[in-house]
Amino acid sequence: MALPQTKLDATEARIAVLDMPEGGWSGPARQAALARLREMGLPGRRDEYWKFTRPDTLVQPEPPVAALFDPGERPAFDEIDKLKIVFTDGVFNEAASDDLSLEGVTIERLATSGSDLHWAQSLYGQLEANGQVPVHRPLAALNTAFATDGVLIHVTGKPSKPISISYRHESQTSDAILHHVVKVDAGAEVTILENGPAAARFNKCMEIDVADGAKLHHVRTQGRDHERRAATHIFARLGAESVFKSFTLTANGVMTRNEVVIELTGDDAMAHVAGACVGDGDFHHDDTVFVTHDAVNCESRQVFKKVLRNGATGVFQGKILVKQGAQKTDGYQISQSLLLDEDSQFLAKPELEIYADDVACSHGSTSGAIDEEALFYLRSRGVPENQAVNLLTLAFLAEAVQEIEDERLADEISTRIEEWLIRHRD
Amino acid sequence: MLEIKNLHVSLEDEDKQILKGVNLTVEAGKVHAIMGPNGSGKSTLSYVLSGRDGYEVTDGEASLDGEDLLDMEPEERAAAGLFLAFQYPVEIPGVGNMTFLRTAVNAQRKARGQDEMNATEFLKLIRAKAKDLKIDADMLKRPVNVGFSGGEKKRNEILQMAMLEPKMCILDETDSGLDVDAMKLVSDGVNALRDAGRGFLVITHYQRLLDHIKPDVVHIMANGQIIKTGGPELALEVEQHGYAHLLEEVA
Repeated sequence: MALPQTKLDATEARIAVLDMPEGGWSGPARQAALARLREMGLPGRRDEYWKFTRPDTLVQPEPPVAALFDPGERPAFDEIDKLKIVFTDGVFNEAASDDLSLEGVTIERLATSGSDLHWAQSLYGQLEANGQVPVHRPLAALNTAFATDGVLIHVTGKPSKPISISYRHESQTSDAILHHVVKVDAGAEVTILENGPAAARFNKCMEIDVADGAKLHHVRTQGRDHERRAATHIFARLGAESVFKSFTLTANGVMTRNEVVIELTGDDAMAHVAGACVGDGDFHHDDTVFVTHDAVNCESRQVFKKVLRNGATGVFQGKILVKQGAQKTDGYQISQSLLLDEDSQFLAKPELEIYADDVACSHGSTSGAIDEEALFYLRSRGVPENQAVNLLTLAFLAEAVQEIEDERLADEISTRIEEWLIRHRD
Repeated sequence: MLEIKNLHVSLEDEDKQILKGVNLTVEAGKVHAIMGPNGSGKSTLSYVLSGRDGYEVTDGEASLDGEDLLDMEPEERAAAGLFLAFQYPVEIPGVGNMTFLRTAVNAQRKARGQDEMNATEFLKLIRAKAKDLKIDADMLKRPVNVGFSGGEKKRNEILQMAMLEPKMCILDETDSGLDVDAMKLVSDGVNALRDAGRGFLVITHYQRLLDHIKPDVVHIMANGQIIKTGGPELALEVEQHGYAHLLEEVA
């Protein structure tokens, strides 16, 4: 079906301001992605999948100006021993980055990975392309086509420390497109950290292949710049008995759309994806998750919690698709919001689509205020109202934060949330 | 210590008068009991004193050591030394019992201008107090009251009371839902806190709690007023003859 003229125009206008890198081995994948993008067109306001989130500012040729912001706190994961890779406004920052060598893993940059055959060729744009069915994700295709850089991580063993990708934002008009590929070999295990606001507008895509018996832990914080915008995608494919766990903390940000697309392709695999967000005022946060069970006896969990105040908006679109034959599936999905006033809103669309008959899937979505009974109980013990509200808010977010396996990381996330709550007290 | 004068209270949402002129003075070192039939206003009195929303004081006053309670926020009343042991302790998922207690203890200390208690001091104190109430380490770690039995919840209330060391303790039907052994344990906990500087107001339906926590004064409350005051023998009278004849007596 031909695209409507407005959509066609918007897509071409966006493409017109972008240059496709030479690419070398990634060239064919980039060309294919561009063709996909032209066929789908960039998201528009009438698209069902963008019903709750206006794509305009993520799609327009130039990003809206985003004021810089000094968070007045240490960057996330500062005290964790890690291999550090830094991008500033989407450009690799060599001076701030560590040497990219670490035992058990090979790390290269997309931009300098040469023209030869490359292991990443079988993944780059491939998981993204698979993830375009049944729902289009045009911003991810745009990313594959035009990504200027990114990190290619091949995990062959169990590196001794996490690999951290930090994104700094120093230009008010930067428009960054980064594409990472992570391949975790059978039995290997890695932790990947991400933090920072990245750019005025950030389009990021991460394709992750977790082989049989491999484990990937992913923890990210998205940076507290109020005016930054981000559209991110994670495409993960899981082999037998593999584990994938991803957690995201989002505090502030005028516009965030985080899409996670997971395909469980091997038996007995486990995928947990969780998110906590806290928004005050001009804040729109959208978690869109699509988990496909295509193997036997797999477990998936989606745990998303949002704290919203002063007119902030939270969105959750989550789906569990259980294919025929994916018996013994254990699927769980919960999305909840804590609305701290009547001006804020939470829009949720939880979905289950099941074609196997021996599965256990549950989903729930709630929107609520602070529990007045619990608040009075705390106050009657001498806890001041503000502090009691914060305690209950942290407790509300705890189920999501607890999805982080590493206690040090979980503690740091809790502390960051607590500090945010204290800063945002009335 | 606690002085209540001519207290009139109605529900905020509906035009219904619950307390119709309560007068009561609890002296330091004394245990006062309030008994009365269902709907007489006993629990309302405890909620109004502790500052729960939903009630409107239409007349009268209540003070603790001369300070006007009704003018304070619930947390200020707590810091001033008032404690309510809830009839139905609230479950708070996601907040650890220990974190809750430490936050409460330190919030009160801070409000009184005292230094906060450090983690080691606090741990030592809570372990000793928990042991007396047969509260194990697991109960301290679990979220506040979540999955606790009725008896465990009430013991947890007494533990909070022991940690916060209030001047004035109100126990709202602390005996409800307790078996004989739990009642003994809870009562022992309360009795351990009795001293010359502390007042108690024990609200109950039944005499049996008062076998364990011996009151100095017993009040009978009915229809929003205290209709009779006497010694411990008044509780026995209720146990033997019920409330009906007392109500008739007054009428």
